[in-house]
Amino acid sequence: MSVTNVQTDPGAKTLTLTADFDAPVARVWEMWADPRRLERWWGPPSYPATFVEHNLAPDGRMLYYMTSPEGERHYGWWRVRSVSEPHKLEFEDGFADENGAPNDQLPVTVSRVTITEEGNGTRMTIESNFPSTEAMQEMIKMGMQEGLTEAVNQIDALLSS
Amino acid sequence: MVVDSEERANRLFHALSDATRRDIVRQAARSNHSVSALARMYPMSFAAVQKHVVVLEQAGLIVKERHGREQRVRTDISALRNAHVLLDELAAMWRERLDRFGDVLAESSKGAKS
Repeated sequence: MSVTNVQTDPGAKTLTLTADFDAPVARVWEMWADPRRLERWWGPPSYPATFVEHNLAPDGRMLYYMTSPEGERHYGWWRVRSVSEPHKLEFEDGFADENGAPNDQLPVTVSRVTITEEGNGTRMTIESNFPSTEAMQEMIKMGMQEGLTEAVNQIDALLSS
Repeated sequence: MVVDSEERANRLFHALSDATRRDIVRQAARSNHSVSALARMYPMSFAAVQKHVVVLEQAGLIVKERHGREQRVRTDISALRNAHVLLDELAAMWRERLDRFGDVLAESSKGAKS
């Protein structure tokens, strides 16, 4: 298990994860910088990700899609806010339509990645800020464990009845 | 708290699988009722309604509050959804991502050494 700490701050809608890896900083960075490696972990096995654009540079854009078990493609984009190889990366990510055009209706998530040497290995922290519950729910729809999503939908249906 | 997100889902599903319990959540979302007031709404014993209330409470769907001599039941679904359930799910998603991250990393490290 690489994740060593998870903190959630419901008030600030922020999630902070810390993970320790038995690998040098440069190799951990490669997991973000190499699209073929990135797509192997970004999407869950049931919704594998494919990056069709990958530009890890300030203001650089990424475009990917996740393929549902039924073969539907769900597109997402990133915009790189700042990048400082191999230690820091800050990006926005959001949803896109089937042509890859960003969906302005859905809010954007901002994530800050920090990669530092720690002992003989590497520590990576990810701080994600979710501006609204819509953004969160939309993310959940895209390939999370389905249990709670369904439960939450059931609650919605229940209360609107 | 993230580790219990699976368990929380199980409890939610179980809690919502019963028509009386779904109705109690609906009632509690509209206004605060005492457990005895709730018990009068259903054709069952106070003890039976009390049991349903406990299941809903354990699922985090309702909260019991003491008002003088009576216990009132209230539900705050939006707070539940916004603050806890969604963040826990997102945390679970990132944990899974980072577990895969670790696996791919270990694989590529091995590859580099050979």
